[in-house]
Amino acid sequence: MRPVSFSLNGVPIRTVADERRSLLWILRDDLGLTGTKFGCGESVCGACTVLVNDEAVRACAVSASDVEGTRVVTIEGLARNGELHPLQEAFVSHLGFQCGYCTPGMILGAYALLKKRPAPSRDEIVSHMEAHLCRCGAHVRILDAIEAAAAAMRGGLR
Amino acid sequence: MIRHDDFMEVPDGWGFATIITRRDFLALTATGLVVMVALERFLAGQEPVRLPQGRQGYPTDLNAYLHVGADGRVTCLVGKIEMGQGAMTSLPQLVAEELEVPITSIDIVMGDTDLCPWDMGTFGSLSIRQFGPILRTAAAEARSALLQLASEKLKVPVAELRADSGRIVHATSPRTRVTYGELTTGKRIERQVTTPATLDAVASFTVVGRSVPRRDALDKVTGKARFAGDIVPPGALHARILRPPAHGATLSSVDTSAAEARPGVRVVRDGDLVAVLHAHRDEADAALALVKAQYTPSASTLDDTTIFDHLVTHAPPADVVREAGNVADGAARAAQVIDATYFNSYVAHAPMETHSAVAAIEHGKVTVWASTQTPFPLRSQVAQALMLPPEQVRVVTPYVGGGFGGKSAGRQAIEAARLARVAGVPVRVVWSREEEFFFDTFRPAAVITIRAGIDAGAKLTHWDYTVIGAGERGSEHIYAIPHHRTLARGGWNANSPGLHPFGIGPWRAPGANSNAFARESHIDRLAARAGVDPVAFRLANLSDARMARVLQAAATQFGWTPKPAPSGRGVGVALGMDAGTYVASMAEVKVDRATGRVQVTRVVCAQDMGVLVNPDGARQQAEGCITMGLGYCLTEEIRFRNGQVLDGNFDTYGLPRFSWLPKIEVVILDSPDLPAQGGGEPAIVTMGAVVANAVFDAVGARVGQLPMTPARVKAALA
Repeated sequence: MRPVSFSLNGVPIRTVADERRSLLWILRDDLGLTGTKFGCGESVCGACTVLVNDEAVRACAVSASDVEGTRVVTIEGLARNGELHPLQEAFVSHLGFQCGYCTPGMILGAYALLKKRPAPSRDEIVSHMEAHLCRCGAHVRILDAIEAAAAAMRGGLR
Repeated sequence: MIRHDDFMEVPDGWGFATIITRRDFLALTATGLVVMVALERFLAGQEPVRLPQGRQGYPTDLNAYLHVGADGRVTCLVGKIEMGQGAMTSLPQLVAEELEVPITSIDIVMGDTDLCPWDMGTFGSLSIRQFGPILRTAAAEARSALLQLASEKLKVPVAELRADSGRIVHATSPRTRVTYGELTTGKRIERQVTTPATLDAVASFTVVGRSVPRRDALDKVTGKARFAGDIVPPGALHARILRPPAHGATLSSVDTSAAEARPGVRVVRDGDLVAVLHAHRDEADAALALVKAQYTPSASTLDDTTIFDHLVTHAPPADVVREAGNVADGAARAAQVIDATYFNSYVAHAPMETHSAVAAIEHGKVTVWASTQTPFPLRSQVAQALMLPPEQVRVVTPYVGGGFGGKSAGRQAIEAARLARVAGVPVRVVWSREEEFFFDTFRPAAVITIRAGIDAGAKLTHWDYTVIGAGERGSEHIYAIPHHRTLARGGWNANSPGLHPFGIGPWRAPGANSNAFARESHIDRLAARAGVDPVAFRLANLSDARMARVLQAAATQFGWTPKPAPSGRGVGVALGMDAGTYVASMAEVKVDRATGRVQVTRVVCAQDMGVLVNPDGARQQAEGCITMGLGYCLTEEIRFRNGQVLDGNFDTYGLPRFSWLPKIEVVILDSPDLPAQGGGEPAIVTMGAVVANAVFDAVGARVGQLPMTPARVKAALA
């Protein structure tokens, strides 16, 4: 057990955890942020995707010691000042979800892509999102939503 | 701009965002207008829906479905659940339509056994087609009651009043009016309905038939949506349960001492259930790994290649699904006969949310938050497992992270309740992905044999069909055939004990995927043998005008040009009927002859589903069916040997991914004369055949087994 400090959704966090414990369960069980979902436990579904220093990572495969000193953003921290992020808005307006379980991971995965590639092609979006699984078959709408959000963000929204 | 003010709220650890306690509920319904409905006469005139064995029908006593409060808000109480299909949005649309209130004035409570009227479950694409008329009647009754109350209050005859936007208004002097809230404030009015109301004509609909925003959208994009595994009663512990290595293996000895030595770990046992408990899930995982257990091996010797012979030899005797004429007479008139067998594999439901449940016991009452499609049957099962009266069990259903039939089985909820009782604290059971792949009630493997013929004019002469394993749904042919017989041996809900090496159950349009694959593949074979274009062949052999219209709509959208298969173009067609909805699908594929890999590049799906409640929601369901359906077409199958399930996670069990996406075009026919039919399942049933037929058209090789893996495609090409 040792103290771990990182920024979580813009708020400094200091918690005590066994350094081998995964970020997923620290977020869900210790910090009560249940928007980050458990799907497979082996980094093969994308449901637990969060941002660490703006990179999309699988929270189930990241340990407490890995996030020491980093900026972690979960789905709960994406909207700011009462306004949804353009990606969230686009997922709402394009119905980029059905059951909603993969949605937080999808949105944060797309966020990391748009941070690096503000104007991705459809193929680039597909290849970036390929490791995210959705069982309901919302794929077409998810791609549409990401394209729409990219366009909105280039318009200077954020 | 969408505003969402409390997005950074850290959950306080207790309860579901919209959970209402029984006390809140009684306070809510102490005043206002309550509409109770008795269902007996409703269901009598309905299309018969066969209930799975062991499930009871709707109760005939009165149940509260609707409440109109003093604040003018309308609350619908429904036993259905929201698992992504959109019922949380489309059911209130029906109420808004009948009750003449803005959809934003309607709240909905779903899947709570203490608050909602009994419901058999959310499956079979029944929410709108069977439950819809009941809810509409409750709303129509509420409107009639409000008109009556307004007539008394305003001293105007009912005939001069009309309902409009949450108010009762005088038809000629609109200033004479009163809100629903004013009519119901300070008193309790109860109305009871025993006969279906006269419902509004479709032509006058203003809310139904339009796409409205989904009510679950904000919760789902902000992380606020609570699923069962997100519910954390105070003091709750995660349970990780000791599991056998194979179905049929039995525990002979267990040593939990190393696990118990870890800080914070408790080990509990309830009969056959051995579990380690810890406040943190990953600590519970680590402790479970330290439990040493010995098992006697499974007696099962089956695997995913020997299963088909086993099904043929061990399936129960045949039931006649439908029969007319005499197949021998038909065969005597045939110019060509084709005899073929089709195979389908076990597939997993694989919802992204694994089976999850949280159980808490207070003053002897058990509350279980569960990811379930069947909260009321689950309440009975939990009560039975704990030997309690059903009133002592409450099942609450938060958002469900995908079901597809798999969450009609609630083993995890029974486990959570049993462990909560033995542990004396609330217990959370969230299956690992490996547990999900082990205890899933898989879609059963199937063997379907068809012997059918055509005459010299390419008209079907006879059809002799036997389905083993899949079940009878969708097994009846849809063509004009003078002599035919359809037999079913076993099925997802009717099996001899030990037929399958693990649990099986309903999987999105249960049975119909295997049946449509076999039937429509066989029709294509006959068309090819006759040298006739597969669309023309079908049109010439259809007598159902509605189906012909759907096929023509698909052909128009697709731009189908007639040619006998194999044409080398890689295009295919398939028809299906499911949940009252007619479907015609067309697909275009590319087949890599060297690797056997199939890429589906385009799918057109035309549907006649009667009155459309939420057009965009219906499209979304069809797109979901097409995308999900690619999995059972191309990759998905459970591999197993001697009781072990060899696929434990998504690294080997291949779900459809973004790169697989074809161009999808959904055409929904305008069909106001037919009541609303099902939408969550129909478009998936044609996927196997439409892709198999397109593969045949591309390369001239017929693949008779799903999924069409590269190896099977190469074998068919050889």
